[in-house]
Amino acid sequence: MMKWIFSAFVIISSVCAVLLGKTEELTNSLLNEGVNAVELSFYLLGGMCVWGGIMRVADKAGITYYLSMLFKPAAKLIFKDLNYKGKAFKAMTMNIVANLLGLGNAATPFGLEAMKELEKEEKTDDTASSNMIAFTVLNTASITIIPATAASLRAKHNAVSPMDILPFTLLNSLITLVLAMTLTVVVNKFRFRKSRRNEKK
Amino acid sequence: MTSYIVPFLLLIIFVTAVVKKVDVFGEFLEGASENLKTSFEILPTLVALVLSVGMLRSSGVIELLSQLASPLLEFTGFPEECLPLALIRPISGSGATAVFESILTQNSPDSFAGRVASIMVGSTETTFYTIAVYYGVTKVKNSKHTLVCALFGDLVAITGSFLITKYFFGI
Repeated sequence: MMKWIFSAFVIISSVCAVLLGKTEELTNSLLNEGVNAVELSFYLLGGMCVWGGIMRVADKAGITYYLSMLFKPAAKLIFKDLNYKGKAFKAMTMNIVANLLGLGNAATPFGLEAMKELEKEEKTDDTASSNMIAFTVLNTASITIIPATAASLRAKHNAVSPMDILPFTLLNSLITLVLAMTLTVVVNKFRFRKSRRNEKK
Repeated sequence: MTSYIVPFLLLIIFVTAVVKKVDVFGEFLEGASENLKTSFEILPTLVALVLSVGMLRSSGVIELLSQLASPLLEFTGFPEECLPLALIRPISGSGATAVFESILTQNSPDSFAGRVASIMVGSTETTFYTIAVYYGVTKVKNSKHTLVCALFGDLVAITGSFLITKYFFGI
């Protein structure tokens, strides 16, 4: 998958840069973006350490277990044959909590841990499991209760009431979440049932 | 209000841990060092991702696509200023912020385009980044229908931000 996206991005941008006369900009970005990536990972690295540590403390205190039991009924709608007592589901719960609270830099470390644990628990090879897909789509369509970034930029540009978008972002992301997850669950059911049948043959 | 969340969260976690006699410092270090390893693992993924997105942004293809698509969207009333935002939002968070700010400067935050853009930014995520980084820590090469389902979600969110603004704020 990524190999197609990566090649498509590079080829399309190279062709367009030549056609639109942006070759200089493209060359500059090639040189600069490597540095940007390392900068980004340093930014991520700090958050990863902080939240990895906090998650571990919360886990040992038994908090992640109680939280995960709270989310279990909702999770059963989306995930299939998930081990609800495993490490993966605890990390998934913390990821959802962080997303709901709008702690973006905490959500990523929890999400990555969840993916690693899912890989271990479901023994996937080079193909994603249905729960990995559902969890990733959940994060791309993630619901944020408070649109902090959008509101702060609105405030910076003198909006009359920066936060008045809140009910509408909430409504919009709720609709998005429901529709995207419904599609994912339906496609999961269809594609993973078929692949299981093939295995039996 | 958001600023109260973190202290309360930490309070609950650390007080419970101390009461349950958890080796708080040792466990914190353990968790931090585990995630440190993960961070280094995803560094190559990040370089590839940031590089390809940066190239795409500098090549002018987004402006080109917006120009090509705007006549198609004209009859729907979708504000043309928001089209580059819709195209860049799934691939680049910082790119989307830049486009969003230019919309807020050129139109006002409370204009029709400003509202569509605000709701769009407030209710979407950087889809490609999420998918690349999440699968980047695993050995998964074939993510099956992840991208299709995620992009469907983006399409719903973009359409939704337009329809909601139209319905609640009128033209």
